[in-house]
Amino acid sequence: MSKLTLTTEGDRHVVVTRRFAASPEAVFRAHTDPKLVQKWLLGPDGWSMPICINEAKPGGKIRYEWSDGKGAGFHLTGEYVEVEPYSRIVHIERMHLPDPTPDNHVETRFEKDGTGTLMIMRMTLPDAETRAAMLATGMDEGMEASYARMEGMLQRGELAA
Amino acid sequence: MRNLDTAFLALADPTRRAILARLALGEATVMELAEPFDMTQPAVSRHLKVLEGAGLITRRVEGTKRPCRLAPDAIAEIDRWLDWLRQAMARNYDRLDDVLAEMQTEEGKEKP
Repeated sequence: MSKLTLTTEGDRHVVVTRRFAASPEAVFRAHTDPKLVQKWLLGPDGWSMPICINEAKPGGKIRYEWSDGKGAGFHLTGEYVEVEPYSRIVHIERMHLPDPTPDNHVETRFEKDGTGTLMIMRMTLPDAETRAAMLATGMDEGMEASYARMEGMLQRGELAA
Repeated sequence: MRNLDTAFLALADPTRRAILARLALGEATVMELAEPFDMTQPAVSRHLKVLEGAGLITRRVEGTKRPCRLAPDAIAEIDRWLDWLRQAMARNYDRLDDVLAEMQTEEGKEKP
């Protein structure tokens, strides 16, 4: 069962939702306390985040640096625009690959949902082509990890169209 | 059933996936595709040939141009990519579940 939804909206938006079995306060802290962010925002297995700067206040800076421990790495920078503990964060971010990608404007909301939290993250890209490129980049990451599994599924005929 | 090996070989290249993502927005000519990808038109044409051979795009003739569009099957492929992206993000959030569980345990220790 997948708890995550990822959908596109209009030409420029991507919307991600996810439920957590913890209070909005805890989920908010896990997104804004650098020590906690370093434990989970890591992407594929084997990567770590040696540098994590996260100043959760309007105008505060964000800098995440990832490393695969074998010399490969990249980083993300951003700025907080609005911070409403423990319900809403608005920030702008860009990846450096190493050239910066166009700014991604992200609104993250944490809504009380029974005993847990519903997170709704809405990304706004400058234009449709940037969104397409971003999704294509994200797809690469998923592609690599999924290739072996996909081959197995192909052999069993589960992906046959 | 179409040839899945050819389709997945076509999809194994990041530039071709980006071209398909661009075509998801609508029909485009080789010139329009070459520009955002910073590629020469012959290089784009080679990628298009692979995509066409895999049945992921179709091309029509309009004067001297041959605009490309996604084949209906390719839309299903893009949905599949979105699934892969979901899986990559899902790994992060599964780890966050563990972090949240740890936080709760620590809170419990502070408040006996």
